[in-house]
Amino acid sequence: MPEYLILLAQTHESFRKAELESVAAYEGVEVDLSHHDEQSPFLYVTLEDDDQARRLVRRSILSRAIYEVWGKADSEAALHEDVRARSSSEFDKYKTASFKFDFISFRGSRVKAEQRDIFESFDYLGFDGPIKMRNPEEIFAIIEDYKPSFHSNVDKPRLRHIFFGRFLAYSQRDVVDKFDLKKRRYIGTTSFDAELALISCNIALTGPGKIVYDPFAGTGSFLVAISHFGAMALGSDIDGRQIRGKKNRNITTNYHQYSLQNYFLDTFISDFTHNPIRASFKLDAIVCDPPYGVREGLKVLGSRDSERYAAGKPTVLENGDLSHLRPDYIPPKKPYHFDALLDDLLEFAARNLVDEGRLCCWMPTANEDYGQREIPAHSDLELISNCVQEFNRWSRRLLTYVRKVRVAGIQDSDRPRGKRVYLEEQFRDKYFRGFSEKPK
Amino acid sequence: MKLLTANFVQCSVKACSATPKCFPLHFDQQTADVPLELAHEDVDFSPEFVYNMLPRIDWPALTTTARELGNNMLPETKPEIENPNAPEHEQLLRDLHTLLLETQIIQGSMRCENCGHIYFIRDSIPNFLLPGHLVQ
Repeated sequence: MPEYLILLAQTHESFRKAELESVAAYEGVEVDLSHHDEQSPFLYVTLEDDDQARRLVRRSILSRAIYEVWGKADSEAALHEDVRARSSSEFDKYKTASFKFDFISFRGSRVKAEQRDIFESFDYLGFDGPIKMRNPEEIFAIIEDYKPSFHSNVDKPRLRHIFFGRFLAYSQRDVVDKFDLKKRRYIGTTSFDAELALISCNIALTGPGKIVYDPFAGTGSFLVAISHFGAMALGSDIDGRQIRGKKNRNITTNYHQYSLQNYFLDTFISDFTHNPIRASFKLDAIVCDPPYGVREGLKVLGSRDSERYAAGKPTVLENGDLSHLRPDYIPPKKPYHFDALLDDLLEFAARNLVDEGRLCCWMPTANEDYGQREIPAHSDLELISNCVQEFNRWSRRLLTYVRKVRVAGIQDSDRPRGKRVYLEEQFRDKYFRGFSEKPK
Repeated sequence: MKLLTANFVQCSVKACSATPKCFPLHFDQQTADVPLELAHEDVDFSPEFVYNMLPRIDWPALTTTARELGNNMLPETKPEIENPNAPEHEQLLRDLHTLLLETQIIQGSMRCENCGHIYFIRDSIPNFLLPGHLVQ
């Protein structure tokens, strides 16, 4: 089978493999990614044909492009040798095509004159077609990687790897810029990074014909990402102000900004612990960043004062009106434990996801808890990936679960669910004491 | 709120969710403060999406909702479609698309038949938050 090079973005390295595996699963492409190296922008894979190669990167956010391998080596001389040995039979196919050369360097660079010398050293390819910088029929790329040098002003960087090949397809990396929060009309304090939202949706296998739900939608960061991939987006949040937005800046205006109105299903105001979605209605995926209460303490419906509503009677105002029927009524809320919310989320996902539907949710961890912080588990959900984004004193993880296929005759509730021990001190408390000293 | 959404939301009071009366929510009684307002909003037709939703639709609930909103045209039983791209099904899928995705409830209210609680819809957004006495 032919060999291809996936050129990867040097960012969110620990998410790259999970994203590519998901894209491969979505596109039905069989590929072995087990040798993926987080330190390298190069990932060589073998695939059936060019079509499979294009499909492997066309949805990807963390790949840049894919190339057909013509040669690879650790020096220029060895590269030419490899190109001649491996690809001589290919040269004639592109004899008359218009073409151009691209030059890409990592951790090093070459001046224009050097680049031209290298292009010219490929004259044995025998390409007679015109060189076109715009819309050529074929693009050939030389990609170099240098050893990192610690004394960059003294040492000349040393070549580690050099590649030559035929360009096949770009990824969707340009979409990251389109969805950049800096250019989005309606955002809030909890708006989620556009790139990671898109990656989350890719890992959730979001696509046309599906309904994908974010139960903590806020200003709709995940909703537009869900819609970008062609699924119908459904969102809810306990905070009606965020869901509604302002008159000219709200989730709907964001949809207009991106021309995605056709992929917007609905938003509604609801507390996740009192979710109105019926148990029998199945969702294709759930993508979310549950509120860990840094901006605002985590709250759900209820009252701190358990006596107050114990009789189950509505509150009657002095003038005889029922208080909850007034337009300015604000339902009482009580604090809630983040881990309890995660368990509720898993329970909901197990109940409402289609078979093999995915739950992708973000979870923060203080680094001091690393190892003892339990990853939430549910007997009907299989954890398939756990990607970490590191910050200084804390990190957050993108956890991906797959709903196990339901077996006829076995009630879900018959299966026991593991009960977790909740950490006494919540993430929010640690965040505010700066993850420093232990609390008394 | 689209009619597809109305077909999967029920009363969010926990005590109601165990009873069959919590779904569908009813549009038959509206208040003077928030009168019912419907609108048509164009959405690109995707036969694949409607076809995928069909098995998930609760048909009796959909006919009830449609009737309460003034549409008596729906057949009593759920149509069966094997191939979403077969030309003979196109009109049916288009009609369902119009009903489920293009019919917007701009404002109005929904009533739970079990507890009687009323959920308001404003600016197309339904509010399922509960007053203190209905939270358990």
